[in-house]
Amino acid sequence: MTAREPIADLVLESPPLAGQIEETPTLASLGDLTMRTKPRSLWSDAWRRFRKNKIALVGLGYLIFLIFVAIFAPALATQNPVKSDVATAGTLRQAAWIEDPNPLKTGDWAYPLGTDSIGRDVWSRLVYGTRVSLIVGLIPMLVILLIGVPFGLAAGYMGGRVDNLMMRITDVVYAFPALLLAIIMQISFGSTMFGQLLNGLVLLFLSLSIVNWTGVARLVRGTALSLTEKEFVESARASGASHTRIVSKHIFPNTLSAIIVAAAFIIPSAIIAEAVLSYLGVGLRPSVDPNTPFPTSWGQMILEGSKFWQAQLWMLLGPALAIALITLAFTFVGDGLRDALDPRQGE
Amino acid sequence: MIHFILNRILWLVPVVIVVAAVTFFLMYRAPGGPWDREKPLPAVTVEQLNRKFNLDKPRWLDTQGFQDELSDGEQNPYTLGKTLLNTQFFNYLKNVFSGDLGPTYASRGTESVQDLIVKKFPISLKLGIVAVLFAIVVGIPLGLAAGLRQNSSIDYVCMFASTLGIAVPTFVSGLILLIFMSRLLHISPIRSPDEWHGLFSTAFILPGIVLGLGTTAYVTRLTRASVLEVKGNDYIRTARAKGLGAPAVTTRHILRNALLPVVTILGPAAADLITGSIIIETIFGAPGLGSTFVTSIGKRDYSALVGITIFYAMLIALANLLVDISYGFLDPRIRTSR
Repeated sequence: MTAREPIADLVLESPPLAGQIEETPTLASLGDLTMRTKPRSLWSDAWRRFRKNKIALVGLGYLIFLIFVAIFAPALATQNPVKSDVATAGTLRQAAWIEDPNPLKTGDWAYPLGTDSIGRDVWSRLVYGTRVSLIVGLIPMLVILLIGVPFGLAAGYMGGRVDNLMMRITDVVYAFPALLLAIIMQISFGSTMFGQLLNGLVLLFLSLSIVNWTGVARLVRGTALSLTEKEFVESARASGASHTRIVSKHIFPNTLSAIIVAAAFIIPSAIIAEAVLSYLGVGLRPSVDPNTPFPTSWGQMILEGSKFWQAQLWMLLGPALAIALITLAFTFVGDGLRDALDPRQGE
Repeated sequence: MIHFILNRILWLVPVVIVVAAVTFFLMYRAPGGPWDREKPLPAVTVEQLNRKFNLDKPRWLDTQGFQDELSDGEQNPYTLGKTLLNTQFFNYLKNVFSGDLGPTYASRGTESVQDLIVKKFPISLKLGIVAVLFAIVVGIPLGLAAGLRQNSSIDYVCMFASTLGIAVPTFVSGLILLIFMSRLLHISPIRSPDEWHGLFSTAFILPGIVLGLGTTAYVTRLTRASVLEVKGNDYIRTARAKGLGAPAVTTRHILRNALLPVVTILGPAAADLITGSIIIETIFGAPGLGSTFVTSIGKRDYSALVGITIFYAMLIALANLLVDISYGFLDPRIRTSR
């Protein structure tokens, strides 16, 4: 798990102010003057900057590729990921290109990365593992935003005592070591009905989001606090806009770019946390159902692989590389988004 | 300043209470009692053990005892409150504040959690020290070199390496390094438990470095960013203009001012190192507190899990406190504004 963004709550201002851009009269409204170029919105500007960033595009391309892998996993897998090949169960078939005196251990392209300790195809498990990784990054991220953003907006906009109280609450939650709480949550609810929904995925979503919203809340609160003092918010208030309207039309849109950047970094940390929990044996529950959509995760494969890697290297190297690549891709995209949406922040 | 420090120290109290309450609540819900063994213990023994560890008392609030006393005509709010709070949780909390984290269930009370921490934590601490030293000794020079020669090849290499270090979790880089070392270099970094004692054991070097990779990457990035910021200041130009040599400008003017923001990272780094140590110690077989935490999961030793979690939360809160205080000492602007 990466360290929480240390600079995050120092960022008080996000430079592009969407509300202001909306409100400046366009040239077209000034009579006959026709515009030579189309007005560029904040988002198209950001997209132009993002496109120039080659590394970020590579990351984005890889993530799109992974989404396809996750959707078409049944077509890409060479074997059923939970079915074990009884013949090679104890022998650990090697990767396809490795020759071995024992015919059962010699590689076979039907099992591109060999088989694991009970004869399941490593490649197919790797392919299906993509699903868990993506979903375990995505859903906790959404939950974190659903808690953190309204919390931060409320604290930042209301200010004063309410703000003080709400920030004290986040301080206490922030002090909680996130991974340790997730571990304890997994132990505590792991064998309940709730903990077994979707092989334990639902519980994982909860464990991975329950303390991690504080970062987003602080970030949004800081941005909202500085925005409430801006002239355009004041003028909106003076013209009689309701609180709901001010927050939803003027404050929230201007916190959005900071939220997007934060979200891009939450996803890989949730993916890593899931892998760590599964590696410690308290993550996803192992599945034997051949039709389950989420049969295994890369963290679980690492747990199994770390016992056998000296005999079958790819049992460990495969999932380890998969996790390294996906987190790297998200970091590239996140860095690209930060540079594109928040040019002043870029180094 | 003193007011500020006291305020922050007092702030640890609610943190510990909340962490204790939440972990206590979750562990109480967890399946299986502490005395569950493959061969069930006789009921009498279980009862004795429960009484010995206060487990026969109500969990949170003793409303029964409270009402009994109230109907007996007890009026003194102090006595009433004491009865109400004479429960597992509040007795535990009281003990926590006097430094007693209770006995570990695995040892059936022969060893206390704080003894376990005292025994195991030094190994984790040594790993952490190696990690922080590595982060400072490698990260700061790299960041400085990258910042001084912006957009050079050194800069690109450093930036790429630090992105790798931030993105790839130590959990994965540790495993990949382990494979690499034993497959290509034929060295096994996994040591037997006895080799982890002693102050200067070589066993610590590799896991310590792996543990510090993420922090090193952050330190590199932050140093570079703040060198870039400091470099453009007028006082640097003044120093150059008065004929000061490049090494003196770099060390005395650029580095000294650029290091200030780097201190702030050590707070989040503490949390990162603790989380990391749980994994790294398990991978490399180091008998520290992190791997003890993991084995306690397997043993369902709930009291050890709760105790170690509280200890870690305290540690993280203290690290953040130290960072805030040291920042105040290092930056005169902050000192005077308080």
